[in-house]
Amino acid sequence: MAAQETSQSATFRHAFGNVLSFAVLLLIGVMAFSIRLFSVIKYESVIHEFDPYFNYRVTQFLTKSGVYDFWNWFDDRTWYPLGRVIGGTVYPGLTLTAGTLWWILNSINIPLSVETVCVFTAPVFSAFASWATYLLTKEIKGAGAGLTAAALLAMVPSYISRSVAGSYDNEAVAIFALIFTFYLYIKTLNTGSLFYATLNAIAYFYMVCSWGGYTFIINLIPMHVLLCIVTGRYSPRLYIAYAPLVVLGTLLAALVPVVGFNAVMTSEHFASFLVFIIIHVVALVYYIKGILTPQMFKVAVTLVVSVGMVLCVAVLAVLIALVASSPTKGWSGRSLSLLDPTYASKYIPIIASVSEHQPPTWPSYFMDINVLAFLVPAGIIACFLPLSDASSFAVLYIVTSVYFSGVMVRLMLVLAPAACIMSGIALSEAFDVFTRSIKFHLVGTTQNPQDNAGDATKVTQNDVKSEKSEDTVKERSSRKSKKDKENIEKPSLVSRVEKRLLVLPLETSVMAVFLLVLLGAFYVVHCVWAAAEAYSAPSIVLTSRSHDGLHVFDDFREAYAWLSHNTEVDDKVASWWDYGYQTTAMANRTVIVDNNTWNNTHIATVGTAMSSPEKAAWDIFNSLDVKYVLVVFGGLVGYPSDDINKFLWMVRIGGGVFPHIKEPDYLRDGQYRIDSQATPTMLNSLMYKLSYFRFVETDGRGYDRVRNTEIGKKHFKLTHFEEVFTTHHWMVRIYKLKSPRNRIRGKTKRSKSSLQKSGTSPSSKRSTRKRNPWQ
Amino acid sequence: MAAAIFSLFIFVVALLIGTSSASSSGLQILQAERQIELTSHIVRVYLTLKIENTEDAPATEVLLAFPPTQFDHLALVKAAVTVGKKRKKSYVPLEAKPTERPDAPNGTKYHSVSLLKPLAKGETTNLEILYILTQSLEPFPEEIAQSDPQLVYYHDSAIILSPYHIAHQATMIKTPSNNVESFTQVDPAHRSGSELRYGPYEGHGPYSYSPIIVHFENNHPFAVVEELEREIEISHWGSVQVTESYKLAHAGAKHKGAFSRVEYQSRPGGSGVSSFKHLLAVLPPRVHSVYYRDEIGNISTSRLRTNSKKTELLIEPRYPLFGGWKATFLIGYGVPLKDFLFESAPGARYLNYTFGCSIADTVVDKLTIKVVLPEGSKDPSVEVPFAVKQSLEKKYSYLDVIGRTVVVLEKRNVVPEHHVPFQVHYKFNPLFMLAEPLMLASTFFLLFAASVVYLHIDLSIRKKC
Repeated sequence: MAAQETSQSATFRHAFGNVLSFAVLLLIGVMAFSIRLFSVIKYESVIHEFDPYFNYRVTQFLTKSGVYDFWNWFDDRTWYPLGRVIGGTVYPGLTLTAGTLWWILNSINIPLSVETVCVFTAPVFSAFASWATYLLTKEIKGAGAGLTAAALLAMVPSYISRSVAGSYDNEAVAIFALIFTFYLYIKTLNTGSLFYATLNAIAYFYMVCSWGGYTFIINLIPMHVLLCIVTGRYSPRLYIAYAPLVVLGTLLAALVPVVGFNAVMTSEHFASFLVFIIIHVVALVYYIKGILTPQMFKVAVTLVVSVGMVLCVAVLAVLIALVASSPTKGWSGRSLSLLDPTYASKYIPIIASVSEHQPPTWPSYFMDINVLAFLVPAGIIACFLPLSDASSFAVLYIVTSVYFSGVMVRLMLVLAPAACIMSGIALSEAFDVFTRSIKFHLVGTTQNPQDNAGDATKVTQNDVKSEKSEDTVKERSSRKSKKDKENIEKPSLVSRVEKRLLVLPLETSVMAVFLLVLLGAFYVVHCVWAAAEAYSAPSIVLTSRSHDGLHVFDDFREAYAWLSHNTEVDDKVASWWDYGYQTTAMANRTVIVDNNTWNNTHIATVGTAMSSPEKAAWDIFNSLDVKYVLVVFGGLVGYPSDDINKFLWMVRIGGGVFPHIKEPDYLRDGQYRIDSQATPTMLNSLMYKLSYFRFVETDGRGYDRVRNTEIGKKHFKLTHFEEVFTTHHWMVRIYKLKSPRNRIRGKTKRSKSSLQKSGTSPSSKRSTRKRNPWQ
Repeated sequence: MAAAIFSLFIFVVALLIGTSSASSSGLQILQAERQIELTSHIVRVYLTLKIENTEDAPATEVLLAFPPTQFDHLALVKAAVTVGKKRKKSYVPLEAKPTERPDAPNGTKYHSVSLLKPLAKGETTNLEILYILTQSLEPFPEEIAQSDPQLVYYHDSAIILSPYHIAHQATMIKTPSNNVESFTQVDPAHRSGSELRYGPYEGHGPYSYSPIIVHFENNHPFAVVEELEREIEISHWGSVQVTESYKLAHAGAKHKGAFSRVEYQSRPGGSGVSSFKHLLAVLPPRVHSVYYRDEIGNISTSRLRTNSKKTELLIEPRYPLFGGWKATFLIGYGVPLKDFLFESAPGARYLNYTFGCSIADTVVDKLTIKVVLPEGSKDPSVEVPFAVKQSLEKKYSYLDVIGRTVVVLEKRNVVPEHHVPFQVHYKFNPLFMLAEPLMLASTFFLLFAASVVYLHIDLSIRKKC
């Protein structure tokens, strides 16, 4: 009778716990969504930065023309005159997701614009991501850790930085896909269910659709499988978790046009196939071991090993020869720079020139994951108590992602979920220990176990107080479905062993709980601050606060709106590649290069033009059919990321392809300067002239507020370019190429000088040097 | 340009030939005074006529004649008759509508003004007429640089075109500044300051015409809204939502060559005098949630001033508009329902809203007004004081099932004088207001019911032990 009563109350408590965790998850989702709305509240509902504008434009095309036209889309408004096959060169996951969302909403007559859907895709998916984190951590260490990890992930600054409302980039959905794939992998590993294995392959497919970072999954999972095999943890569940993923996943991945045969050809995927072979060999060995007697097995092993070694060596040699024959060893530039952090800066300036490809500094760790950085080691320790397949995966995940985040600041994003999971585990385990100690003491004094139990189990769901109630839970869980049983059994077994060992004094426990709450509060405060202040700026509109109020610098959109309304539809606009996506999306004008950076030579051509003197630049631009040149100039208002500050990269990238552009020509004694000490090449370069044309008339001396110097060359005229528009704060300046008519008039004069020039110029046509291909 | 002058010339020649043959009616204009205002880009002409009937048959209507080129740019004709003597003088508006005449020489177009009571023989009456012309100022030179002032041509006739004999007439032309480059001399004609005076001329027969060109400086912002779509959405939950999408252009002399920001900023008076950088939109009082944006996001340069009479929104396009430059933007706001929606009979309501464009002093080439009635409204009808093109559409907004009726009104050539109220009548059953909340509630109920059912049934083939 008494036993029945307790079991009933346990049932009630279990149901209550489920409802509670459901409510907590719901709130976590709401929080993940709403903490990302600071950008909309503080600024406006607008697409942010550079790449999101491209994704937005692709989504617009998708919603307008349908999915088949999208696959076949050849975009002639970019990379003029080459164009770009959009359908085959983008990761379509994000656009298809937002397009589908938009389609569903519109088919039930909720007429949201494509822009609104795009703006809010990232916050919605970060709510999904935190739920996925809950599921993953629950598989590793139970529901308590799961809830903690989900709450941490919902507001981790690193992830917020990529998923605020308006930040419509691949990472927005990819992080969800990444975590969900890992969850399904662990789920399969824990259950051995083929159903989850299939889902896992589909989730992997979604990840491949979404982000180039899928290679992380397809390398991490094989590593884990290998680790399991090496540590003797091979089981049929592992086989079920891995083999279908490789077969199905690779087949599905090959369906994505941008990946295609890369899914089997490139070295990024090599590890998965190697491990695929190994796991089969291991499976075979286990099978043979099962059917043979131990003596026979020994004989078979020596036989197979001796033959196998020879075969393996041969196969390896062939593989190595194959891989070595390709110039990049079969790796893409970005992946190589991950393995060798100095690779990009040595060979590919275009990758090195992107700020998010730089290694992070220490403060950025504190900024991006904050207190999690301190909790992670505790979490790793907790994962070893005891080490299961799932927790070993978590450890492997954190270790690899820490390395990758150390190479590229952008990959901090991959580290963030791992850090959240680890910290979630650490916090949950710590609370588990402390609250249990507190309860232990209180039970001893107040003799009222039931009431306290209700309070404390909120924090850790699977935590059980006394042996009796633990048994009842176990009893109940056997009636529940299989999945629940496994989760609850493991930690409860553990806690039973440890419980008698880990009872801390009451005061210490209370103090520790208080400190942990304080730590959490600090984290929350930091995250809200980061979301509100640091990561919400859309970067197309800038604000500055001064004593006489808020100033808004909306120059970019001013320039793009001007371009879109006051130039011909087919005019070509040249600018540095950073502004390519925005120009095509906001101004709807054809650009020469954009942020896709798929053709280094083309970018180098623009870089060369910007670094050349006016006439040579005119020739290059004219050969590219360019009508307008757009430069970004921050000297008047002190906007530091302008084209003059990026100019050395243009010189470097240009010089990498056209050697007549030499970096030392632009530097005075190794220093980059624009004042009167600057080199004549620098002062005569097109970028300098377009940036500072008539700048001296603003204040009389031409004081550049970014470089904090007076400019070197103040009064000059443009002969081949004409200023057609400058924005209110001079941040964007647009020049028009003067028509060649002007030059024909001066042809008689010019012919002499050109004759002279061809005699002296080192870069004559006969010279073997590579010159601008468009000339 | 040349073609226009040439055709005008042909027209005039033909008119002079035609004059004698055209049979004039029995009316005669004793005194005609015309005042042409050229101060903005909208040409307003005030005409005062003293008319006498000389024939036995009583006259019921008076014809106003326009050359075909002017007729196309005619935005509005208003006529009024003067009633009473000096002290108790008052104006009674008359109906003026375009008419065709079979005997019209050289494509002359007419507006006929119907008189209050027929004019018997020997009686006289005084008519006050206002007509408004758009796009009648032609920039010359057609392209100007940033620092140049804008000069325009105005074409008209020194003698008032009329199917009647005019005994005495005079024309005054008012230009925005003293800077008049040239004007056609038709004696007696003279200029004093910003006023040009043609006449008085005596005894000109019907269809007399004497072309004149006035070339003068006009730096008034030539703000033309090429297309304006106003969507007025009625929600019986308490608000009327108005969205106005503008396609604005500077219709003056085209900007030529470079645009130098440093010149524009350092010499605000001397550089870009014909350009404009802000516009004033007058909105109804008590507006809320006003926004001003374009297709790439919010435009931060606007100021809202509210008082109890009206709301003024000072908007700046993203960039100053020079001749030929264009900009598009969107203004949206909500106004309280009770200010604009009234109940005429039980179940029948009407919306009373102003026609025309919110932005002051602009011409709208093509105006489309869409009144979105609430879902379930019936029998829409429109009352507009002038001719507009009407049609009906369907629109599906948030969670609509049967769609909303949209009354579409279209009008070309809209000037500020068209800013008058119009009414849309319709029938509406308030029960329809509950449709959407009920639908949502039932959807959620079904969702919860489905999840309850799902949790309580066992779909597995093999019973778990």
